[in-house]
Amino acid sequence: MRRLAGLRRALPAALVALALLAGWEAWVRIEAVPTYVLPAPSVIARTLWQDRAVLAAAWLVTMRITLMALLAAAALGTLIAVGLAQSRLLARAFYPYLVALQVTPIVAIAPLIIIWVDSLWAALLICAWIVAFFPIVANTTLGLASADAGLKDLFRLYGASRWQTLMHLQAPTALPYFLAGLRISTGLALIGAVVAEFVAGTGGSASGLAYRILEAGYRLQIPRLFAALLLLSLTGIALHGLMTALSRRLLRRWHSSVVASEH
Amino acid sequence: MPAALTFEGVEKVFADGTDALAGLDFRLDHGTFTAVVGPSGGGKSTLLRLAAGLLAPTAGQVIRTLATPGPGAIGYVFQDPTLMPWADVRTNVRLPLKLTRVPRREADARVADALALVGLDAFADRYPLQLSGGMRMRVAIARALVTEPSLLLLDEPFAALDEITRFRLNDELLRLWQLRRCTVLFVTHSVGEAVYLAERILVLSPRPGRIVADIAVALPQPRSAALRTSRPFEDLSAAVSRALVEAIQA
Repeated sequence: MRRLAGLRRALPAALVALALLAGWEAWVRIEAVPTYVLPAPSVIARTLWQDRAVLAAAWLVTMRITLMALLAAAALGTLIAVGLAQSRLLARAFYPYLVALQVTPIVAIAPLIIIWVDSLWAALLICAWIVAFFPIVANTTLGLASADAGLKDLFRLYGASRWQTLMHLQAPTALPYFLAGLRISTGLALIGAVVAEFVAGTGGSASGLAYRILEAGYRLQIPRLFAALLLLSLTGIALHGLMTALSRRLLRRWHSSVVASEH
Repeated sequence: MPAALTFEGVEKVFADGTDALAGLDFRLDHGTFTAVVGPSGGGKSTLLRLAAGLLAPTAGQVIRTLATPGPGAIGYVFQDPTLMPWADVRTNVRLPLKLTRVPRREADARVADALALVGLDAFADRYPLQLSGGMRMRVAIARALVTEPSLLLLDEPFAALDEITRFRLNDELLRLWQLRRCTVLFVTHSVGEAVYLAERILVLSPRPGRIVADIAVALPQPRSAALRTSRPFEDLSAAVSRALVEAIQA
């Protein structure tokens, strides 16, 4: 029943996609648009299959950087947030610099990082991390400070230690905030990885999807460019879906964003 | 035997200049049930927070002489149930025992007892969002009782509930008090609730709060619904209401 309802919810978007693809295919064929300007969807699909070896290798590289950056963003972001939540002085001292790091465009910093860091792979990872970590820090910091006043009193009444308050009150309160941040960071980690690859622009072992897009553009292999782009989009959508599912799973029993009221 | 709780010339002025309480003097004997009635925003919650030690008085002192001092000696029930929404009923009730480091096995037994006491044994695995308002409040009461406190503080716990649920919880609270015989300080703005529950009623004036009347409630225990419409009940309610009105007009 629920699966059926899910299908019905996805139907409108699927119909729009189908109509768009059909229109695109028809227009390209009728107008005989050259493939180096706009390839038909069928050509893109064929290229995706034909170039699967190259694209899969590139996809793995980009995925590895994205996921590592996301993991590092989640871990370090949470750690930074917990640190900032410990003292107002610490927060006042460091928060502005975190904001500065966030608002400075990554394309401007990436060349420096690539020069400073020997390993290209590590440089890409750092770039993606810089783009991805801030939503987690900002959200988790807010979450840690949002504990219910009554519960805080209760913890004090029973002489809870700082650690107990952090683990049993602040951390669970912050979880929905953290997950919302994680969802934003997931998209940003992918964007960060792609931007860093563009800036680095190197082939070899670290040639991810972004590099393949760049390369295909130079060589006028437009169908391959589109295929790589499609892969990137699908990856982004899949990651977002994964994070949404994770969030729903973790909050399903208690958060009003997920629980339908039974009373 | 010293009183369970003594307020000696207790004043409370908040940092923002709000003068909440001015010179409170009273003592609660062990095992008694006292209600504090006062207008809204009259420093009733401040009084309870001082009693719990969550606030320090600006002047005067609060003395607690409890049978088992230390954390867990005081139970506190807030206006809202104040449950952890991410934890099931059992975990919510276990919280005080966890924070005071009671061993797991003993904690489990005491949680089961407390849940049975408020009639929620069948709901131990539910989450707060799945419960009605009255049931949530019962969880809060079970949590306050799970450490077997010698002083139980309640801050208008039933104010947000419908009348029928409130009457039922009034009776349950009285039954629990008969069973446990802890010292109870119950804050409410409802005169009827105070008369029905308490052995003694302190009437608090508007801010800055002081005690303007100390009324003994000589009604028999255990109390039952019939009492609510009886003559002595109405006379006492009238007396308390009069004291309250005088305090507001003064």
